Amino acid sequence: MAIYGTAILSGCLLAGILLGRLLGMTMGIDKNVGGVGIAMLMLIFITDGMQKRGTLPPKSQDGILFWSLIYIPIVVAMAASQNVVAAISGGPLAAVTAILVVLVSFAMVPLLNRADTEVTLDGGVDINDGTPKDSENREH
Amino acid sequence: MADVLQITADVLQKYSLVTAFALVGLIVYLSYVVSAKLTRGRIHGSAIAITVGLLLSLWGGIATGGTHGIADFKLLAGVGIMGGAMLRDLAIVATAFGVSLEEFRRTGVSGILALIFGVFVSFIIGGLTGYAFGYRDAVSLCTLGGGAATYIVGPVTGTALDAASDVKALSIAIGLIKSVLVMILTPLVAPIIGLNSPRAALIFGGLMGTTSGVAGGLAATDVKLVPYGAMTATFFTGIGCLLGPSLFFLIFKIFCEDTIVAL
Repeated sequence: MAIYGTAILSGCLLAGILLGRLLGMTMGIDKNVGGVGIAMLMLIFITDGMQKRGTLPPKSQDGILFWSLIYIPIVVAMAASQNVVAAISGGPLAAVTAILVVLVSFAMVPLLNRADTEVTLDGGVDINDGTPKDSENREH
Repeated sequence: MADVLQITADVLQKYSLVTAFALVGLIVYLSYVVSAKLTRGRIHGSAIAITVGLLLSLWGGIATGGTHGIADFKLLAGVGIMGGAMLRDLAIVATAFGVSLEEFRRTGVSGILALIFGVFVSFIIGGLTGYAFGYRDAVSLCTLGGGAATYIVGPVTGTALDAASDVKALSIAIGLIKSVLVMILTPLVAPIIGLNSPRAALIFGGLMGTTSGVAGGLAATDVKLVPYGAMTATFFTGIGCLLGPSLFFLIFKIFCEDTIVAL
């Protein structure tokens, strides 16, 4: 039944957020540290194990897949309930800082992506046929 | 006639979440039509829908004077539930279903590296622009640096350091603009920065850090990349809140004292 999938998903999120809060507490901050990330790993582990044992029939999977498919509309609703007025009324300092940090962070994506590829090449993983491999090829 | 309007308003308000589903469905539909007909698919429908959402937020904020975009209209309160942290996080976790564990294992190190770089770059740029705009005390510079991380790290850092309330407000504004910029610009810059693989998405999430920005930006780029970016981004705010009032405050304090001595 679909609710089984949704219940597993919900259980993972609750447990993840709880662990994230506990992790934050041990660090001395009243914030959730990586709760969603922990929940994602839990969901991957649990559903992977269930699929291997054949205990996650398609009907149950639908209960998870629905929420995955409704993701974009939820993000649209999120965008429609942001405090855009406060963002715009921050003045030049806010705008300049935000633009700079976003541009520099964007620019660092290819730098880190490449650096990581080189490390793997040094490890002798991809040098067999001598052709340059980008990260896209390697994911398969 | 007035009665009919009243009853309609009552129904829409009482079934607020359902109203939100219908409204967002309409926005998404129209955005995909515009994407296909006017841009021939060159601008992704979800990118248009997210931009429309942000514009509606702006309009809602101006019209109601509230802080939750169109969710501050009584009839549209359901949009706030639909787009709030609860359902957003549920949907983000759901995107991880079917994702390969192997990919996370292989790119784990670069994700952690990206997180560290992301938090550092944010604080340093926030502090430097704050300095350029005339702020000279470590508390303000650190709070502004926190804002450049995310709109949560800024006020959390500011509160811990007892920063002035206008500086805290400014740090929230920086974080909000960052999140809006990431949502809008990501699909445009994705081809330039090679944001097309799970590895790149993991690095991207760690560098950007703003959960809403990453969630929106990747949704508009390629929804398959969402779980990877979201995974690292979810650690960013916590790490920022941890390092802001501690490590970065010390760095800014040393920096300020040195410059004052030098002058």
